[in-house]
Amino acid sequence: MSAPSLTLADPAIGSFTPELFAAHLASVSHLPAWWLDRKREAWARFLALPLPKRTDESWRFATLTGLKLDGYTLPPAVTPAGLGHAPIGIAKAGKLVFANNRLVAQEPISAELTKQGVIFETLQHALLKHGDLVKAHLLAQPPKQGSEKFSALHTALLADGAFVYLPKGVEIALPLAVFHYAAGAGAAVFPHTLVIAEPGTKATVVDFFRSAGDGAHFACGRNDLYASHGAALTYVAAQNWSRATLSFQSNSTVARRDARVLALNLHLGGRQSRHESHSQLQAPGAHSEMLALTVAHGTQEFDQRTLQIHQAPHTSSNLLYKNALLGSAKTIFSGLIVVDPDAQKTDAYQSNRNLMLSDDAEANSLPGLEIQANDVRCTHGATSSRIDAEQEFYLQARGIPKADADELLTFGFFEEVLSKLDHAPLHDALIGLIKIKFNPPV
Amino acid sequence: MSDVTETESAPIADTVDNPVSGIDQTAGNFSYKVDYEFDAGTGLSEKTVRYISTVKKEAPWILEFRLNALKQFLAKPMPTHWATKDLENINFDKIRYYLSSGQKPKRTWEEVPDDIKKTFERLGVPEHERKFLAGVEAQFDSEAAYSNIKDIVSKQGVIFVNSTEGLREHPELFRKFFGKVIPTGDNKFSALNSAVFSGGSFIYVPKGVKVAQPLQAYFRINAENFGQFERTLIIADEGAEVTYMEGCTAPKFSTSTLHSAVVELVALKGAKIQYITVQNWANNVFNLVTKRGVAHEEAEIKWIDCNIGSRLTMKYPGVVLKGRKARGEVISIALANDGQHQDTGAKMIHAADETTSNIVAKSISVGQGRSTYRGVVHIPKHLKGCKNNTECDALLINSNSRTDTYPAITVRGERNSVQHEASVSKVSEEQIFYMQQRGLTEGQAMSLSVNGFINDLARQFPMEYSVELKRLIDLEMEGSVG
Repeated sequence: MSAPSLTLADPAIGSFTPELFAAHLASVSHLPAWWLDRKREAWARFLALPLPKRTDESWRFATLTGLKLDGYTLPPAVTPAGLGHAPIGIAKAGKLVFANNRLVAQEPISAELTKQGVIFETLQHALLKHGDLVKAHLLAQPPKQGSEKFSALHTALLADGAFVYLPKGVEIALPLAVFHYAAGAGAAVFPHTLVIAEPGTKATVVDFFRSAGDGAHFACGRNDLYASHGAALTYVAAQNWSRATLSFQSNSTVARRDARVLALNLHLGGRQSRHESHSQLQAPGAHSEMLALTVAHGTQEFDQRTLQIHQAPHTSSNLLYKNALLGSAKTIFSGLIVVDPDAQKTDAYQSNRNLMLSDDAEANSLPGLEIQANDVRCTHGATSSRIDAEQEFYLQARGIPKADADELLTFGFFEEVLSKLDHAPLHDALIGLIKIKFNPPV
Repeated sequence: MSDVTETESAPIADTVDNPVSGIDQTAGNFSYKVDYEFDAGTGLSEKTVRYISTVKKEAPWILEFRLNALKQFLAKPMPTHWATKDLENINFDKIRYYLSSGQKPKRTWEEVPDDIKKTFERLGVPEHERKFLAGVEAQFDSEAAYSNIKDIVSKQGVIFVNSTEGLREHPELFRKFFGKVIPTGDNKFSALNSAVFSGGSFIYVPKGVKVAQPLQAYFRINAENFGQFERTLIIADEGAEVTYMEGCTAPKFSTSTLHSAVVELVALKGAKIQYITVQNWANNVFNLVTKRGVAHEEAEIKWIDCNIGSRLTMKYPGVVLKGRKARGEVISIALANDGQHQDTGAKMIHAADETTSNIVAKSISVGQGRSTYRGVVHIPKHLKGCKNNTECDALLINSNSRTDTYPAITVRGERNSVQHEASVSKVSEEQIFYMQQRGLTEGQAMSLSVNGFINDLARQFPMEYSVELKRLIDLEMEGSVG
């Protein structure tokens, strides 16, 4: 990449200049050489790749003019006190709090779990202490859904994140919680969570994405899940960036023999948020449950792209993405089920439900299938409509005011997704977040 | 039913006598030595376009329209960012864009030359059956070689002519809508058609006239490397009703041929148009067709589209629902066998309140065939009471068959509702077992099962078409099991 041709005005780079990258690289120079090499390669990719174009099928319906990369900076460190960190009211097995790409607080896991070999610490620590384990998994699944450029930027500028390792047979009842904050005007953050679940493990990991204040942030995150034989992994992400944030989040899930992964994404914040989710079902018995709930209001845009790849026979996946649209919000759901030629007996389902709560909102659905095996059961469905008038009437006939009836029915709409969470306090915490979005504190 | 006893897989094209349907499969594999009076040569340039326009003695505005279209065609890239890369195998320089034997459309059967009659016979359309048809517009390569409008239809004031005649003799009627439903630059292939179109039907049905019998046209391709670019425009005036049918067969050739039609329908207030297609091109034909209708207030447009032949078909019949309470419907059946890709679907653009649309698509993939459903449903802002229902079902016969579904649905506002459902499955083993228990061979059982899968759609076809469709499916299914 020839540096002289790059100027600050280049929209394909924006604020992410070679100087900014050099400064970042210097700040992580103590990390292993292989990792620094990978970052340099990723940086070259970021520079070489163009911004998404109108003709890119993977960006269909997205507002490309919103993808401006200027006005951002790698933010300075902040103290936990400045975050306004509010407890979520659930008991946890451990907690990590990151702000502006640095660890600012933590509650380590119990000595007993540590003795069993569980690792729950920062990615930087893991890179130094568990190099081989990290090397084999960190960003090992290439992006396939259109965000190659942003994924390269993530790799290049990733400073720190959470690393979870569950050794064979370990079960953790309480969730492991990771908070990722962005604070200060123009803060660019690169949250990362990597979960490696060895055979027969069971755990719940929760990511919370939050902004301190209502600044315009740039978030470019990634969360990767590896579920080995018979592992049962639950992953929840609650995204609540400021309303001025431009966010990209991509997920990769690898499920091996008899593994069961449930991932639930709650999307509340951001100005324009894109979420990519890529599930690979690699061996018989693997199952991926892909769930999402979005409450879009004002002029928010949520762009969700999913990919369910069935690579082996006897695998199953179930996707349910629900969007509630208010104001003049816009949502895009683009899903694809791919059944590889040998993946007979696949059972895959994909469903997108849009609840239209405003006359100015826009819902786009692109539910897709690519099937190359014949002995399969694959279905998908997409609906967009308002609250069922009959149900509304039923409640009103029993003396419930229209506004309350609509709220009840809207939460009923969400409950189909939330009820799949087998963890009552977490379920209630998510409902609490949604309620705040509907009735923000004055 | 059939008395087939063997279920061995054999290439269908090699089967001469077919006990299942009695159809001689080589019937379509013919070509005639035809003396073409006008031949634009191979390749596409301004010269080609001017040649076509001169031969057809067209008005200057049509030449201008063609030349503008040529520019747009050359400027537009191939849509391979979403469509199959197979499109890149079309060699536009090797295609003949215009051929004509120079005959004027014939009015009576007796006037049709004997060798052309022989062609029709081999197509399986005997003379005595044709006499029952309301009007036959059989396209012999670029020009209509035979054209017969039954007295009743013309007495009703219906105009049923080919595109050249339509533009020459009724410009006041057709110019108003020509190229308006599908603008020249709609896509690369509509631009190509606009540049080199010839043949096709122009139909006008006057106010309140209900055409009782379907109008019918047969198309076929009969020259190596010869592309056919027919242009059809049907206008149903207020309260009028008309059904149009087209079926096509083509001789088999070793090099690819291109068929790229544009069909425009206009249903004015309260009118009804039904357009039925049974497409059975040879397996070397690229069939890239743009079909769209505009439905005004309380009008109804229904596309019944069946694709069995061709190497690659890309066709998404659409309806623009422009007037209040307009209704659009697409019924689509696609069958893809080895070496075939049926990329079909539907577009429903809602542009007025209380408009409704319905799409039912069923596809069958046999062997290494690939069928694709691609759809657009668009309900823009501030409309109310719009409804769409879409159902796509795909049936996969062999373990290496392939199917894709790519719908795109946009809904704005809370006063509309849309539902889309799709499923993919194979033929139920239990059903096959049940039928085999009762003495059917596996092949027969499979055929019956597949016919059952599309039965509710096939019933909507006119009788002779649904019988033909059933025979075609029997043929295609033969050799697919075992």
